[in-house]
Formats: sequence, structure tokens, C-alpha cells
Amino acid sequence: MSEIEISDVAMRFRSRHGEVRALERISLTVPDGQFACIVGPSGCGKSTLLMVAAGLITPTEGEVLVNGKPTFEPGADRGMVFQSYSLYPWLSVRRNIEFGPEIKKVPAAERRETSSELIHLMKLDGFADAYPKVLSGGMKQRAAIARALAGDPEVLLMDEPFGALDAQTRQIMQELLTDIWQRYRKTVLFVTHDIEEAIFLGDVIYVMTHRPGRIRTTLAVDIPRPRTFETLSGPRFAELRNQVVGVIHEESLKAVESELARA
Amino acid sequence: MAHPRRRRGFIRTYLTPKQAIPGRARLVLAVGSFVVVVGVWWLLAVLVQNALFVPSPYQVVVTWWDMMVNLGFYNDVGWSAFRIVAGFVLAAAVAVPLGLLMGSFEAVRSFFNPPINAIRYMPASAFIPLLILLQGLGEDEKITIIWIGVFFQLVLMVMDIAHRVPDEMLNVAYTLGASRWTVFYKVFLPATFPEVVDALRITMGWAWTYLIVAELVAAEHGIGSFILIAERYLRADRIIAAIITIGVLGLITDALFAVAHRVAFPYVEKVRA
Repeated sequence: MSEIEISDVAMRFRSRHGEVRALERISLTVPDGQFACIVGPSGCGKSTLLMVAAGLITPTEGEVLVNGKPTFEPGADRGMVFQSYSLYPWLSVRRNIEFGPEIKKVPAAERRETSSELIHLMKLDGFADAYPKVLSGGMKQRAAIARALAGDPEVLLMDEPFGALDAQTRQIMQELLTDIWQRYRKTVLFVTHDIEEAIFLGDVIYVMTHRPGRIRTTLAVDIPRPRTFETLSGPRFAELRNQVVGVIHEESLKAVESELARA
Repeated sequence: MAHPRRRRGFIRTYLTPKQAIPGRARLVLAVGSFVVVVGVWWLLAVLVQNALFVPSPYQVVVTWWDMMVNLGFYNDVGWSAFRIVAGFVLAAAVAVPLGLLMGSFEAVRSFFNPPINAIRYMPASAFIPLLILLQGLGEDEKITIIWIGVFFQLVLMVMDIAHRVPDEMLNVAYTLGASRWTVFYKVFLPATFPEVVDALRITMGWAWTYLIVAELVAAEHGIGSFILIAERYLRADRIIAAIITIGVLGLITDALFAVAHRVAFPYVEKVRA
């Protein structure tokens, strides 16, 4: 049982132009084993929301609960994957992956077992002892995901993890991630601006609005799993995509208009 | 149909901005520049025909040998090297930890930054008369000059390096269950090391400048004082030989730092060879 609940979270910043309302009264619950995606136009505060969920920033109002217990600090229960990979360049791929277990003082043999399994699953065989500098973008992100999984978190938080990758690599990574998710059944909260990515990966999609960031629509993705790249050409996929595109388009227009109004 | 011509003209090869040139050409140019410098010098010596002011490169080499064998110049080199190492190590020992703390804790930065920034603009050499008054003409005065010259620059460079460590690197560690202290010594510190060594390498070069100035003003031994004595005896050849010695010592230190960097940090991505 591992569930994350974001309860009435609001986030306000002070800036030179007065108060910025980045997030406003956001509540959502990701139940055990669900893959939830948050999509929204850029600048809608979806990354901020994920930072709040991780405990890396404190919201102005509201709280984050893991398995019903409020959290105030970041911790190993909420593993995070960033767009920028953020591997430690001075550690080999294996030692990067073992970073979490090492902190938790897991015995070396057990750590090695975990990292070996993940290296294989993430298709990094042969690169265990390599430094991150020799890896391609896709491999770096696979290593970063392996590192987050090795920490055995209750919830996996992913902030546009494939945003820096090219379209082909991206598709492969999405397929790999669904495979991994089916195997571990982690509770996942995944942020992206890519609508197709969200539909392909998610059980549920939260569409966010532009400032103040709010959840505008919640959509259940009723496409059966396992999903493959053929899913992308199915009729249900197209339907859902059009639905989300419509909402996002409306929101993006509003964003442009509000920018014009301010100018 | 006409085949497009493969263009390999001189202009295309050598005068395209930011375009790599053939490796051979690079070598020829590098050696060539050296040959040109020595050549111009030699030409000048031949034209002036006054060995007192413009000795030829050959004369300088002979003089250098004479300095080593008969004048105990190695002794002066030794004194200078000792002062450099002492001043530099003492400066780095304070500047590196303080810079790291300033880069990571805003409280420490807010406290130390204003005075350090202000003093940085006061030339270290201007402190020499004051330090002679306070400390006399001994070794401690020279070492203090180097310390002042190095410390205030180095501490700000290290602060910048520490400040640039990406937040995400630290945040990943927090979400893997690391405590603040663990994040500090397992992520933050190793993330700064390679660039700190680079900063040490750069400031080491500046240490030489301050040392020679200090020795020129007042010293019994050292390369600077040797240069001053040579000037009194109108020995341009000795001055030039001493200056070149400093340059070569600088190159050697630089190469040592570069090798140490490569051995200690094999994981650093080389931007350019």
C-alpha cells in the first residue's frame, strides 16, 4: 500500500509585480500502483507541484500525505527523476544506482544484486563500470530511473524525464518505462507537457490550467495494457488526444491573452 | 550535369571562423610561433649590436648556465619556490573551505562577501610597504604578500564554483533519503573538486607575480632579488635568464596540475582537447 495525496496545496510567490499565484487549491490522490500524469501548458506550475510532492519546496498552504501521513521534508519514500538526469559524474553507473541503498546502509552484496538487476532491466549491460560521461542521453536517463528505483520508493515522481530526448529515443523510453512499471507496480506521478506521452503512459491524466495553476480536468485513460507503439494509432488514443488537446489549447490561448493584457 | 566542385581552398580551410584546421598545420603553427619569437629576438640582438642591453638568445643560455654553476642561482630559485609553496598552501587552506561554505550557505556568504570583494580590488603589491613596517623583511612578509594576492581571488572563485553546483544534484540525493550532512559531503563536495583544482592552478600563476614584486622591493635571496642585483650591474642577460626561468617554472607547475587533474578526475567531460 503506497499512496500519495496532495491536499489543498497552494503556492504563492512574491515578485516585483506583486503576488504570483503559481498553484491554487490543488487536491489529488494517486492510489497504490496507479500511474498518474499531469499535463499542462508550460509555466502552469506542474513542475512546482512535483517539487511540493517531493517535499523539496514547502507549499504556502496545504500538505502532502504519503500513506495518510503528512510529510514535511523530502525522503526516500518519494524518489524523483529530473529532466536533467543529474547523475553523479564522479560515480560509475553502478555506484550511481547504488547511491540510495548505500545511504540506507544496505549490505554490499544485496546492493550489488539490486543494481545488477536494474542495470539489466534498464538495458545498461556492459556499462556498469562506465562513468556517465560516456552514456547517451537515453542511457543517462535510464540510469537515473534505475537509481530512483533502487531506492525502493513508495512513490516515483518524474519531472518531464524524457523532455530532453529526441523523438525516437523518447518513444523507446516510454515503452521501457511501461514495462518497468508493470513489473514493479510503483505508484507514479509523472509530469509532462507531451499529451501523447501522458495518454500512452498514464492510468489517469490531470490537465492543469495556466496561472493560477489548477486542475482543470481529470481523464481516465481506459486503454488496456500492455500498451505498445500500436496503441498510438488506435481510435481510442486519437479520441483521448483530441479531448486533451482541446482543453490545453483553450488554456494556452488564455495564457497568451493574459500575457497580452499585462503588456 | 556539372558535378559540384569539392572546395578545399586555402581560405576555406584556414579562414572559416571556428573551423578546425589539420593537425599538422596546428603543430607547425605552434612550433612556428616559438621560432618567430626567438628569431625576432636574435635579429634584434644582431641589429642593436649591444650585448649590454640586448643579449642574443645564445648569450642568455650561456649566462643561465653560468648563473647556475657560479652564482648559486639555484639557491634563489629554491628560496622563491619555498615562499610560493608556503604562501600558496596557507592561502588555499583557508580560501577553499571558506569559499565552499560561502557558496553553499547564504548566511556565510552574506557575512564574508562584502569585505572580501572590497579587498580584492586593493592590489596585493600596495600592501608591501605596510607589511614591511609590520613584519620586517623576513620570510613572513613575503608569504603574507602571496597570501593576500591569492586568498582574496581564490576564495571568490571557489565560492562561485560551489554556487554553481546544480540544485537537482542535491535534490536527487534528498529524495534518496540523504540527510543534509550526507548531501554535503557525498554530493556537494565531490561536485566541486575538479573545478577547485582548476582554480588552484590559475591562482598559482598569480602567486608568482606577487612573489617577484615582493622580492624586488626587498629581499636577500630569491629570483626577484637576483633580478634587482643584476640590474645594478647592468646585466640584462641575467635578468632575461631569470625571467625565462620563472616562465619555465610556471609551465612546469601548470603541467603538474594538469596531470594531477587528469589522474584524479578521469570522469570529467573534456569540452575541448
